[in-house]
Formats: sequence, structure tokens, C-alpha cells
Amino acid sequence: MSTDKGTLLLQAEGLKLRFGGIIAADGINLSLYKGEHLAIIGPNGAGKTTFLNICTGYLKPDAGKVTLNGREITGRPPRSITRMGVARAFQIPQLFTGHTVLENMLLAASVRERHWGLLRNLMRIPERAEMEHLLDMVGCADVRDRLASELPEGKRKLVDIAVALALKPEVLLMDEPTSGVATADKFGVMETLMKALREAGVSSVFVEHDMEMVGLYATRVAVWAQGIIQMTGEPKTVLNDPDVIRNVIGSGEHA
Amino acid sequence: MSKGLIAAIVALIVLALVPVGAPSTVVFFTLCLAKSLAVLGILVLIRADQVSFGHAMYFAIGAYTAAYITAEFRNIDIMLVILAAAISSLIAGLLVGLFVTRYRGIFFGMINLAFSMVLYSGLEKAFHITGGSDGLRIRRPTLMGMEFKRAEFDLVIFYVTLAMVALCFWLVWRYLRSPLGQALGALKTNETRLEYLGLSARRVLLTGYVISAVLCGLGGVLLGTVQGLATPEHAFWSRSAELVFIAVLGGPGHVAGALSGTVIFEAVRTFAAAVLDDSWQLILGITLIVIILWAPGGLVELWKRVFLRKGKTGEEVQK
Amino acid sequence: MDIILLALLDGIAYAALLFLVAVGLTLIFGVLGILNIAHGSLYAIGAYVTATIGTWLVANGYNPWLTFPALIVSAILVGVILGGLIERLLLSRIYTKEPILQLLITFAVFMILENLQRMIWGVQPYFLDTPLTLLGNVSLAGVNYTLYQVAFLPLAAIAVLVFLRYFLRHTTMGAQILAVTEDREAASSIGINATWVYFVTFVIGASFAALGGALATPTTSLVTGMGANMIVLSFAVAATAGLGQIEGAAVSALMIGIARSFAVYLAPEIEVVMPYLIMVLVLLVRPNGLFGKETVRKI
Repeated sequence: MSTDKGTLLLQAEGLKLRFGGIIAADGINLSLYKGEHLAIIGPNGAGKTTFLNICTGYLKPDAGKVTLNGREITGRPPRSITRMGVARAFQIPQLFTGHTVLENMLLAASVRERHWGLLRNLMRIPERAEMEHLLDMVGCADVRDRLASELPEGKRKLVDIAVALALKPEVLLMDEPTSGVATADKFGVMETLMKALREAGVSSVFVEHDMEMVGLYATRVAVWAQGIIQMTGEPKTVLNDPDVIRNVIGSGEHA
Repeated sequence: MSKGLIAAIVALIVLALVPVGAPSTVVFFTLCLAKSLAVLGILVLIRADQVSFGHAMYFAIGAYTAAYITAEFRNIDIMLVILAAAISSLIAGLLVGLFVTRYRGIFFGMINLAFSMVLYSGLEKAFHITGGSDGLRIRRPTLMGMEFKRAEFDLVIFYVTLAMVALCFWLVWRYLRSPLGQALGALKTNETRLEYLGLSARRVLLTGYVISAVLCGLGGVLLGTVQGLATPEHAFWSRSAELVFIAVLGGPGHVAGALSGTVIFEAVRTFAAAVLDDSWQLILGITLIVIILWAPGGLVELWKRVFLRKGKTGEEVQK
Repeated sequence: MDIILLALLDGIAYAALLFLVAVGLTLIFGVLGILNIAHGSLYAIGAYVTATIGTWLVANGYNPWLTFPALIVSAILVGVILGGLIERLLLSRIYTKEPILQLLITFAVFMILENLQRMIWGVQPYFLDTPLTLLGNVSLAGVNYTLYQVAFLPLAAIAVLVFLRYFLRHTTMGAQILAVTEDREAASSIGINATWVYFVTFVIGASFAALGGALATPTTSLVTGMGANMIVLSFAVAATAGLGQIEGAAVSALMIGIARSFAVYLAPEIEVVMPYLIMVLVLLVRPNGLFGKETVRKI
């Protein structure tokens, strides 16, 4: 599965999905290569989140298939795809609100390491130090022992990403990773996040409305509109394309 | 942490001294201990925010297993009877659990109730197998080859039950702190994330369900053996309701609630039985409403609030 | 052939009663989002009140035909007074609480009502067959049937179904109920009194349960435990259809009613299990019931 762009990780071919009368995907072809950080941009409601839902098995496409490292994963449940190395962070953070931040992280770590011994104390699994470090890295060490439900929106978002990273995925799918984070912190957060991804060798796909963010951190950009990928390419080329400016950036910038 | 351990050891010693200090209450405490195992089972499910209105069926399965096995093998060792009941309730819990764990909330509670009502009427109607509404006798088992007279046996079964309670409470306490047990609480707040960690929410719940079924089965076999009888009434909905009631009374926050709740419940009932026999359910119902509306954390939380000045109620913790 | 006709007619009569109770349960769930476990008790109490009033009428020499309006009056009495009290005193306090607590509260009500019913009416079976004997029998294919079961019960069920459809689709109150069901907050913001809608819905649902009990009175003897059986049965009907599905409840009530009465004649040992067997089989194939829709959480 090697091409000039490197090793093909995740590939969607001919994805189609409609909800009632609304066409979310009408033949989506999109690939992610190892080491890439692919940004998906496009108008609101275009189906970008639906794409993440299909790739992770939350929704089943009407047609088309998704492959991971050459293996078809269409129709598998999220848990199985997650175990194959695709982690996901959500637009609305999905945390265990009755648990502390650290417990959220430890639960994620315990799944990966299969510490499913009935009698082992979650708080004493060997990954604890590593998880605390990860929290420190995303700037959430201060809320470690707070209940996830008590966090401010921005922190919740970061913890959500940290939980996904705790799974040590090969691919991380993110849905507007910095929405909800205070504007002043956005770039700092994204900077640390991308650094962490590069260090861990994690490739990523992120849906983003902030074009500045896309320009800075994406290695490639895909434009999603009317259910198809209008164009893909380097951030420079895509973001300066007149059509894209008119149809997407003009209408999509209210993140 | 160590405070809890000390409390547990003290409780264990006090209970172990019951036959010395208050010999007339031995049977009472045996019944309490046996029932607290079943309540513990309900508590496990409440961790996942699920209430079963049919868990008395496993109670009955435990008791009937004892009836069959003691009839088939005279003078069988009590440990084998307990083991058999654990296995039969485990199998039943697994079979029913495979179905009911597809559901949450109302469906979960009601489908369990439906299963228990089917078992109840089956036990009542299949007279030639189950003895109908009179039930079946459970013969007195032996322990390590020794046979016992009635009075001696009361003592033996008391200590056996106490040992089972100590073991099960310890195991459940460990389980609830383990990743798998913590995932049960996670299931309550976010099943989506659970799946996105690579876990099957259904399997997490199934594990909890089977554990709770076995605990109820153990409660049933011990209680049945003390009373020497297994009757369809063991599977009746009011029995399930009682278990849920005690779990809520004791407080779903801690395993200790199962034991303290049961002892208080049974004590009140014993004293009140003469006067209030006819209005027992009425009182339970009213108390349940009072607890839910004004003390959702149950006894354990009340205890904490009064004595440890920890302000949080169960509700605040969840929100 | 006789047995088939017999079972079919029996089944339809039974289905009519099941439908009446289940439709109340499903209506309340659809609008309030609460499964009222005390629903079966309302059924039982409706039956006991009917028997008491009916027996009193007959014993005091009133026209026996008055037992028919007594059926309706008892149902409304129980629905409005008892149902109204339950909603105002308890349910109205817990609409915002967690589902598990709502479930426990209605369960507590169930325990209280079962006990009250035993205290008031005791454990002796009650009878009131006046309406049954008044309507007399019809002969079909050489077998005698009571007109009450063959015609009156199914007609009553159809009347309720038609009434509900009309009420929900063509009256202001119905439109308000549907609006609150759709989105309580949005409905409140346009001036709909959601509190009132909840109250009315609960009272209507409770009255249907009581009506089921009232209409069942002439066909069966009233015993303790009938409420507990009925809540599980009506839940089976509602769940098989999909909770909240009104027309669906009619279909599944027919399925379960007829299947059960066939079991009575052909395989009596599985009679009790039959409704649950159907529910389990349906739910295995369609986890949300026959007409229920799957909801995908937005993430």
C-alpha cells in the first residue's frame, strides 16, 4: 500500500449516505497517509462529522467502503475500529461525567493494556504516571482530580482529546479540536497537541472551521461541499483558491 | 481507606460475636446476612444506573437448586450446595443477561420483572416438579462430613453465611474499584465514549449482571437453607421490590449500604411485624418516596452527612 | 374449527382489555417519558370500584342496566381522583430527576396501591356479572358466546382508539399534547401550559387503565395480584408495539391476546408465558418494538 505519498493508512472509497432527503455524502473518496495531518473544511452541515461517524463505525454508509491499512472496516462497530488503532475526539466532549479527569484517562489506558483483571485497582495501574504526564502536556494537570462534569468547556475539550491519545492510536480523528477553547489559548493548545501527535507518530484527520489553524497545522486540506470532496491539496494552494474562498471560507467562518 | 478497613473488621468481629452475646438472634442475623448478599447484587447494577425488578428470580433459583441437590444427594456438603447454586444462578444470569443487557432503564427493569413473573408462575404451576405453591423442602446439608442437629446447624450456617458475606463484600468492593467495575459507572454517564475506548458496553453490563445474579443466587441458597424451604414466593415481584428497596435505603454509594440497609430493614420489620403486618408494603412505599425525594444517598450518605460532614448528596455527585 | 373460532373471539375480547390498559401506559410514556409502574394498580382499583358500585346498585334494587354507566363512572372516578393525586403530589416533583428515580417513585406508588387495595377489599375474590348476563348470548356455529365479550368489549376498544386519534389530531388539547411531546421547552415558550398538559395526559392514561379494569370486571373474578400481572402484561403489549405507539398498541394487543387464547385452548401450560414469549421474540428482531423508531444519539 505504498505510493509516492507514503503508506496509505485510512481510505474511504465512494461513501454515500443520506438522511431522509438530506445528502450528507454522495461519493466521498478520501485517503490519509502515514504522518499526515489532514484538515477537512467546508460549510456547516456539509457532512464532515458524518464522515468521522462513518470512519469510526458509528454510522453505516449506504454505499462505499472504508479501509484501514488495507483491511476493510466498514460496518464494524466503533469499539472494534477503536481497537484497530483509530481513536476519536468529539465536537461535544464525550467524557464519563461521574468520574474524575484522571479516572477518565486511566479507564482509557486500562483498555489498551487489557488490565481487565477483576480485582486490580484502577487507580494503581502502572500507566498512571504516563497518564498524569499526558494530562500535564495538554495543560490539564490542575483539574486532574476534578469530576469531568465540573470542568469548563475548554478543559473538557482538551481532556476529551487526551483520552483519545491515551488509547495510543495510529490515527486520531478530531472534530473541531479547539472550538470551545478560549481564543487566547487556541494556538498554544494546538501547538502542544500537534507536537504530541508528531512525537507519538500519530496521523490525524481534523474537521476545522478556523482557516488560520488549518493554514498553520494541516499538511493537506480537503474541501467538502455538496456531499463530495471538491478539491484536496496543500493548505497554501487550497486556501487561496478563489472558488474555495467564495464558497467555503466565506460561508464557513463562524466557528 | 484504612478507616474503612477498620470499620469492616470491627463489623466482622461484632457479627462473629453475635452467637456469644445474643444467641437468640442468630437466625435473625443469618437471614439478614443472606439477604444482604442479594442486596449487594442489586447495588452492583445500580452502579450502572440500572434497576432490576426481577432479581428475586435468582434468589429462587439459588433456593430451588438447594432443594433439588439436597434431595438428590443426601448429606451433601453445604459448600457443594452453595457452589451448585452459584453455578445455576450464573448460567441463568448469563442466559437472561444476554437478552436484557440490550436494554437500559425502563426496559431493563421491566423485562427482568417479566422473566421473574414467568419463573414465578412456572414454579407455582409445574406442581409435579416444583411442589407447586407449597414449594420444596431443603434438607439439612453437612459440613466436612459432619451432620448437625437443628440448633447446631443454625450456628454452622450462621458462620458459613458470615464467611460468604465477608468474602463476597470484599470481592465486590475490589471489583467496583477495578477498571471493569469502574466501567460500570462509566456506562451510566457515557456509553458512546465507552464504545470509543474499544469496550463493549453490553459486555461490561453483562459482567455486572452475572455478578449480581450470582450474588442473589447465593443469598437465595443461604436463606433457603436456613429456612429449610424453597417456595415460589422467593421469586415473587414483591421480593424483588424489597431487594431494590433495601439497596436504595442503604444507599447505592457504598457496599456497606447493602449490609446496614438489610439489618435495619429486617430489624424494623421484625419489631413492626406484629402491629403493621397488613400495611407493610404501604410503609415501604412511603419510605421509598421519602428517601428518593429527600435523602437520595440513603443511609450511607445520611451517616456521612451527619457524622463526617461531607456535604455532598448522591445527586450532586452525579450532576 | 369450533376451537379456532372460540379462541379467536376470546382472544379479541381479551385483546380489547389489554389494549385499553396498554394504550394508557403508552400514552403516558409517550408524553411524560415516565413508565408508570402503578398503572396496573389503577387497573385493579378501577375493577374493584366498579364491582363495589355495581354490587351496591343491584343490591339496592336499582335498574341493573345502570351497571353500564357505572363502568364508565368508576373508571373516570379512579382516573381523575387517584390519577390526579398521583400526578400532582408525586410525579410533578420528579419530571426533572433521573429516570431511575422516576422508575422507583412509580414503583413505590405501586407498592402503596397494592397494599391499600388489599386493606380495602381484602383477599376474597369479587364478582359482578350483571352486565354480562344483561346483554345475553349469541350463537355462532352452534356455540354460545356472551354478547358482552364478542361485541361490547371490542367496540369499547375501537371507540377508545377512535377517540384518541380524534382527540390528538383534531382538538386543541390534542395539538398541545403533541407539541409538548415533541419539545416541552419550545411548547412552553409559545405559551402552552406544559404542567396542565402533563396532568391531563396522566389523568386520561390513568382513566384508560381504570376503564380496562372496569370492563374486565364482568368477565373475571377480582383477586389480589391482578394489578401486578396487568402492569407486566400491558408493558409487554406496549413494548412489543414500541413504547409510545398508540395504534401499534392495538396491533400488538391483538397479537398477544389472540396468541394467548390459542395457548389456553391448545397448550395451556404455556398460556402465562405466551405474552412474554411474543415480546421477547419481537424485541430480539426489533429492539425498539414493531413500530418503534431507533434513535441515534448525535455526537
